[in-house]
Amino acid sequence: MRRHSCLLAATVAVPLFAQPAWANMVYVSNEKDNTVTVVDSTTMEVVKTIGVGQRPRGITISHDGKLLYVCASDDDTVEIIDTSTNEIVGSLPSGPDPELFVLSPDGKTLYIANEDDNLVTVIDVETKGVIAEIPVGVEPEGMGISPDGKTMVNTSETTNMAHFIDTSTHEITNNVLVDSRPRFAQFKPDGSEVWVSAEIGGTVSVIDNQKREVTHKITFEIQGLRAEQIQPVGVRITADGKKAYVALGPANRVAVVNAETYEVEKYILVGQRVWQLAFTPDGKSIISTNGLSNDITFIDTATDEPVKSVTVGQLPWGVTVSPN
Amino acid sequence: MTDITNTGRIVPSIARKRFGPMQYLICLKGILVREGLRYLNQRERFISSLVRPLLWLFIFAAGFRQVLGVSIIPPYQTYVLYEVYITPGLCGMILLFSGMQSSLSMVYDREMGNMRTLLVSPFPRWFLLISKLLAGVAVSIIQVYAFLFIAWFWGVKAPVSGYFLTLPALFLSGMMLGALGMLLSSMIKQLENFAGIMNFVIFPMYFASSALYPLWRVQEASPLLHKICLLNPFTYAVELVRFAFYGQIEWTSLAVVCAFTFVFIAGAIIAYDPSRGLIIKKQEGGNN
Repeated sequence: MRRHSCLLAATVAVPLFAQPAWANMVYVSNEKDNTVTVVDSTTMEVVKTIGVGQRPRGITISHDGKLLYVCASDDDTVEIIDTSTNEIVGSLPSGPDPELFVLSPDGKTLYIANEDDNLVTVIDVETKGVIAEIPVGVEPEGMGISPDGKTMVNTSETTNMAHFIDTSTHEITNNVLVDSRPRFAQFKPDGSEVWVSAEIGGTVSVIDNQKREVTHKITFEIQGLRAEQIQPVGVRITADGKKAYVALGPANRVAVVNAETYEVEKYILVGQRVWQLAFTPDGKSIISTNGLSNDITFIDTATDEPVKSVTVGQLPWGVTVSPN
Repeated sequence: MTDITNTGRIVPSIARKRFGPMQYLICLKGILVREGLRYLNQRERFISSLVRPLLWLFIFAAGFRQVLGVSIIPPYQTYVLYEVYITPGLCGMILLFSGMQSSLSMVYDREMGNMRTLLVSPFPRWFLLISKLLAGVAVSIIQVYAFLFIAWFWGVKAPVSGYFLTLPALFLSGMMLGALGMLLSSMIKQLENFAGIMNFVIFPMYFASSALYPLWRVQEASPLLHKICLLNPFTYAVELVRFAFYGQIEWTSLAVVCAFTFVFIAGAIIAYDPSRGLIIKKQEGGNN
């Protein structure tokens, strides 16, 4: 069937006259077909697909936007991609089965969770050398770092703990018990709290960074869905610290949480098995990876409405957006 | 002036040629006001016209909440809840029932003798029929917007502009279904036969269309049913409304709806034509 958009003229005119100085690129790791899909955040269209190592999962970008780091889990390495050429230019000694990682605020250190080895590997990205290996709980996954870079939090899926690690001594200072299968740790922009999602527990624990104890527990309830279908994974908090987005896995929804009252305000329908989230640098959009439906969904953060879903590779897992 | 002969044939007078646009407007206004007043005075009709689609939305669609989002098909850019998918179909349902209901009222008018008052009017028959059609469509569009207003609070929301852009699509679809009802009314002899319309027209048209399920889903279930859906003009009315909600024109649907509107209106005018219409044939048949 032939279709016609009334906005055709506008769509043609926009790139000609209102091209933004920076079109941010969205990088999505596709776990199953071993690729990274590059999507233009303005046009919401796929620009390129980059072949990478086996089972790419965690993905992040250097603060200057020049280098992309991808956990190639089954190749036991972290690959480095030059974002100007979209080619692999090197790798980092990640340790076995790297799943998720976090880059320090100064951009010099990468903290990698090694799922099979119960370790967090600390790497200097400039010298590409291992600085330290920190033993943590069983099946480490979630990695969060405080805005001042002094505290790193790792979550271990089987031990059900959030481990607080001092980044200067590389030692665990506190262990906080959370609900079953913690997946992700995210600091509030002011560093006051860490939010830890628990996939099987179906909750997000809010941990006070001073007291190092759980102060709030956020639960989710969606009409028509069984509780076990609600599995919180990725968590992102807005730059002003007022709103949080939680990916709810097989519930196919992203929850919008008031980060001041801890009340769930809305559930946004996205694709199937929503996993990780990333904001665009201007904070106007948040992007979710929908593993089973092989797409990503752009959500408008002003209205909290889904705008468009874009097909990427198979089993999209992680997502990161290039800075301005 | 007109004259009714002893055979029941109505002889048009040459006097009608003298009517100016103002007279035509007065006649149109009269028919519109009558239909509007009749609708407003029948509160049960207003409520029942709303209850039907709302039951579908609140009960039927709610059962499908488990269906976690309808796959992305145009005009949708992302996943939508089943309630959102079914809403244009329910708008179509209102137009369909309303179109058939006006055919019911034509039969009622004929039985009660009110139609004679209308048909003895010196205005051309086609003008009277189209005026009646317009009046019926205006009433059904009011019902659609009342339904959309309630659906908004149920969380079924389209872009705000969509509510304005869909008006022409609703009007066209309403004209098509109203004209179909009018054509059918010329074939129904008695009020009791309306149940037949329900069983043989409304339900098949509604269920064998894209109102409840996307066509790709229908095709997966039954290729034959898919072909039937494609032959059903109601499918195109629903799709026209669905795309209009998102500011898009589905050209195939527009062409099909326009064509069927023309055919049905022409058919109704011929059917109600005193010299060759179906009514007179039926009357003659009935007298034998």
